[in-house]
Formats: sequence, C-alpha cells, structure tokens
Amino acid sequence: MDEKEKLEKQQAGRRAFLGCLGGAVAGGAVAVTAGSVLPKQALAAAATTPESPPAPAAKAYDPTKHKWAFGVDATKCIGCLRCVEACKLENEVALDAHHFRTWVERYVYLDGEDTPHVDSQADPVNIAAAGTERDYRFSNRYKDEKVDKAFFVPKLCNHCTHPACVQVCPTGATFKTEDGAVVIDHTYCIGCQYCVQACPYGARFFNPEKRVTDKCTWCYHRITKGLMPACVEVCPVSARVFGDRNDKESTISKFLADNRVEVLKPETGNAPNVFYVGIDKDVS
Amino acid sequence: MEALFTPAAFTGYTYPNETVFPWGVLIVVYPYLTGLVAGAFTVSSLYQVFGMQRFKPVAHFALLASWCLMLFVPTPLLLHLGHPERAFNAVFTPHWTSAMAMFGYFAGFYILLLTLETWFVFRPHIVHQAQTLKGLPGLFYRVLTLGSYDLSEKAMRYDSKWIFALAVTGIPAAHGLHGYVGFLFGSLKSREWWSSDLMPVIFLFSAIISGTSLLIVLYVLSCKLRRVPVDVDCVKGMGYTLWGFVMFTLLLEGVEFANIVYKGREGIDMIMLFVSTRLLIPFFVVQIAIGAATPILILSFLFWRGVAGKALVTGITVAGCLVLINVIMMRFNVVIGGQEIAKTGKGLLYYPWELLGREGVLAAASVLIAPFLLMLLMVRVFPPWEDETKALSH
Repeated sequence: MDEKEKLEKQQAGRRAFLGCLGGAVAGGAVAVTAGSVLPKQALAAAATTPESPPAPAAKAYDPTKHKWAFGVDATKCIGCLRCVEACKLENEVALDAHHFRTWVERYVYLDGEDTPHVDSQADPVNIAAAGTERDYRFSNRYKDEKVDKAFFVPKLCNHCTHPACVQVCPTGATFKTEDGAVVIDHTYCIGCQYCVQACPYGARFFNPEKRVTDKCTWCYHRITKGLMPACVEVCPVSARVFGDRNDKESTISKFLADNRVEVLKPETGNAPNVFYVGIDKDVS
Repeated sequence: MEALFTPAAFTGYTYPNETVFPWGVLIVVYPYLTGLVAGAFTVSSLYQVFGMQRFKPVAHFALLASWCLMLFVPTPLLLHLGHPERAFNAVFTPHWTSAMAMFGYFAGFYILLLTLETWFVFRPHIVHQAQTLKGLPGLFYRVLTLGSYDLSEKAMRYDSKWIFALAVTGIPAAHGLHGYVGFLFGSLKSREWWSSDLMPVIFLFSAIISGTSLLIVLYVLSCKLRRVPVDVDCVKGMGYTLWGFVMFTLLLEGVEFANIVYKGREGIDMIMLFVSTRLLIPFFVVQIAIGAATPILILSFLFWRGVAGKALVTGITVAGCLVLINVIMMRFNVVIGGQEIAKTGKGLLYYPWELLGREGVLAAASVLIAPFLLMLLMVRVFPPWEDETKALSH
C-alpha cells in the first residue's frame, strides 16, 4: 500500500496534464509532438503542485470488491499510438525505443505472401519516420506494395491469472492483487530480471533508472480512484476497454458478453486477463 | 557518463522490450562456476566417499578448488542485480514458488559444508603449522585450529567420519546446487530454447565434465610448475571419468536438440534459422565438434591404443582443455543464445557485447579469474598435494 500511496502522490500533478492530452487527442489535434519537452512539463507540473489533493476514494478502495479486466478490439485500432504516448508520460517510462508498458504492433499481409510483416512503433524505420524515439508513429512503409490485409494490435501486460512472472520472483516483490492486477513493489524488487525472462509476452522490462523491473499496472494508481488507465482514456476509437467484471453493466463485462474473445499464447497456461477481438492466427 | 543500457540490434520482429538483454555474460559465468564447483567436488568424492585411491593425489586439491570457486559463485549474481543491497530479501522473505529464492539456502548450506570439510581435511596441517610457525602466520593457524590440537589416532578417526559424512552430504548438495541452475532455465516456458525437462540433467553432467577437466588441467599444470612427476594413473582415472561423462553429456545434448527439432512447436522456424546461421560455429563447431566430439576421439584413441606416460598425460590434458571450452560455450549458447531468439518467434536479436561496465566482458572475466587467484594463495596456505604434505609431516 505504501507503494500505491507513493504512486498516487507522484501522479497527482500529472492527472490534469493527462486530461489535457486526452482532450487534445479527442479534438483531433496533434497536441503532443514535442516528446522531449512534454515530460519535463509533466514533471514540472508534479513538482510545482503545492500539495497533492486528498484522495479519500483511494482509502476507501476495497480490492476484494473488484475483478479488473482489459479488452482490446483490434478491429478498431487505428495505430495512432496516443496510448503509447499517454502511458509513457503517465507512468514516467523511459522515453526511448526499448522500454514500453504498452505498445502497438502492425501486421501487414502483402499480396502473395503467407506470413505477415510485423513491426511496432519501436522499429527503426518507424522511429526514422517519427524523427525521434520520443515520438511514436507508423511509417507509411508499405505505400508502394499491394497490401492484402493489415491491422494493428495493442499490447500490454496481460495481468495473467497464473502469472509466470509472479511465480519466479524470488522475493515476492511482484504479486497479484486481490482485484486481479499484477503489480511490482519497486522498493522490494532486487532487479534480478528473472520475471522479465519468464514473461512470454515481453511485457516486462528493466527500469534502467530505478534499477528494478517495470511493467504495465493497468494504471493502478488511477483505477483504484475510479479512473480509467491512461491508454484507455486517450484511445480515440475505444479500441481499448477496461472495467470491473464484477459489475455486469461495466464496459468490459459487455465487451466480454458481446464478443467472442481470445487471449494471447493460451498454451502457456498463464490465463491472461487481456481479451482480444479481431486478431489473427499470426498474432502472438 | 556510462549508458544505462546497451540496446541490441535485431532482425525480424521482436517485442520492443526484448531489445535490452536481461541477462548478460555475467550470467554465463555463474553456471560455469557452479559447474566447476560441482565437478571438482565429484572427483573429490570419488576418493573420499567411494575410496577410489587413484584420485588421492588430487582429492584434497579438488576440495580446495571447489571451495575457492564456490566463494565466488554469488559474485556474478550480485554484480548483475539491480539492487545488490537487497539481495538478502530473497533469503529473509523468500517467495517459495521461485526457484531462484532457493539459491541463498543452497549456496549458503554448501559453502558451510565445503568450509567444514576443508577444515577437517586440512586440520593436521593447520595444527602442524600452528605448533611450528611463529608470529602472525602462527597466530593465523592457531586461530584456525579452533582450539583443537588433538591429532591422535582416535581424533583422526573421528575426523575421517566427519569428512565421510560431509562428502556424502556434499554430493547431493553440490549436484543439487547445479541441477537447480539447470532448473532455473529449463522451467521457463517463455523460451523454447530453454524450456526442456532435460536441462537440469544436462547442466549436471556438463558440470561433472567441466570440474573433472579443470582438475586434470590444473593438476598437470601444478606438477609442471612444482617440477614433480605427474601421477599418470590418477590422470588416466580422470581421463576415464571424463570420457564416460562427456559421451553421456553429448548424448543428452543431442537428444534435447532432437526433441526441439522433432516436436517442431511454434517458433521452430526461427530456432532452425538461428542454429543454422548464427549458432553454426558456436554450437555445432565449437561446442559439439571441437569441445565434445574431439575430446571423445582423443580419449578413445588414447585408451584404445594403450598410450601411456607423457603422451597419455598430454592427450588427456588437451582433451580437458577442449572440454572446458565446450562447457563455457554451452553456458554461452544457453544463456545468451536463448535470449537471442525473440519470444515472438518471429525475430532474432544480437547480443550487444560490452567490454567495460558492470556487466561487461572485463567484469565477467575478472569474476572468472578471481577464484584461480584465490586458489594460488590457498594452495600455499593449505598445501593440497600429497608429496608436499608428506614432506611437511616428515
């Protein structure tokens, strides 16, 4: 809980900023392009906020009352990568091409080919198109090709029911909360990276500054206050949905009820809690 | 300022986070060291437990070598940890489902056991030195006696019982420690290259061959340096041990590889591409052909033709050197190779070699060399060679 409270304080000043970011995206404006400047602004905002607003809701939060889950409708994703950007800013993820709590993959089937061309925003060609590792975009690299089929797949930690990462953690620094999120206690992690190895989805990374393992927490500091994860908040096409499965009227419950969903790498037995619609056999 | 990380180049598609390798060359050195420990201890036990007299000339040295190597086993791990100051979190509040949480207990128990056995084995020497040396060296040995100066027949019989008991306990302890390292890799389902039930067994056998090889090479080298004749029978015995275990290890590695290929699960295309291009030289040429098949051929020829004397010693030593290369290459191909195959099954990564830095080649080489420097010192503090012990006692 200490970690959670610390996170809350850290993020308090950035909440307003994220709201602006979401608003800008919804308005269709490309508000965030100077990635190198914005994080500093965000940090400055955090630093200059006189005091964090009280969070009574957080204190009242009861993890036993919730069962969080995440849905991805790949048919809706347009690959705008606002989710990646919002996540990086909200969670202070290193602004480079090697550390992501969430990312987006692009699958492109060219005419006459059986296997897809896959890339993410971290691909050197896409970085070149963006001009910097701190901005995110997919280059129009297939413009001269005949494309049979193409789609985007947002990825993040699957917050598995049987997480291999939690199983292998030697200290218990990473654990599954009662509400289903898999989180890491950064004050207790020894940085052995065994969990990074164990995760079949490549969702974990080593935070080079904190020297501990890091990953998506479904924005635990936000969801415990009744907010949506940053990536869900900013998605302009609602390709990402999040909610409480205990609430039958929640978006996620409806998403699961209305769709035939699948999970990534079910053969691992990890039993992910991120459910996909509209992915293809080659997505792993 | 040193870069916080060195990203890896890649081909195909890899998850973005995979471009920073979690484990580097330090984690190659770690299982190499534990393997040498377990292997050297095995040879020591062949004499102490199974009474194989031909191993007597190296038995005490094997124990001392195990001890020196074991002291440095935690070093690569501590250097690798993001927060080494929190290392004991895994010991004081272990997470029981984690194989890695057991390391502290296995290693702690085994270091204690090795220290005790080493003390018992060298007690006559310690007492002798404590009674003859003056000044600081004398004080050093007097402290080491722990107040026990009794070298009577009864006391020595008592010591022998302890040595035997510790050596017997040490066999599962040493092999458990190394089998556990194999389990660390083999139990991960995220990487097809690691995920094998045979991994702990392969690690165990490769440990035995590496430790035996090390003893062969160091024993022959020490004889040359000390200008004493090599005990050919002892070296031949270690040669036989090596021969049998290398064949078995090669068979296990072959079966494991055949399993991966034959099962042909998801991602096999990338594995086949990897082994047929990037791993062609490190795996097939260095590890298998040079490091395993060649020593088997050399040893087979030596034993078949009944070669004796200096030629036999030279042949077995060369085979030992090759097997040492085999095992470090095997560790490299497992630890680094496994991470070079992307978890996506759609790409390959290139391990970014670093010379300097906390996890660079220099650090790894230093960790690998350090136990041998300690050994140089320890053979002077506790002479393990039979001839020297005899000379001292007369």
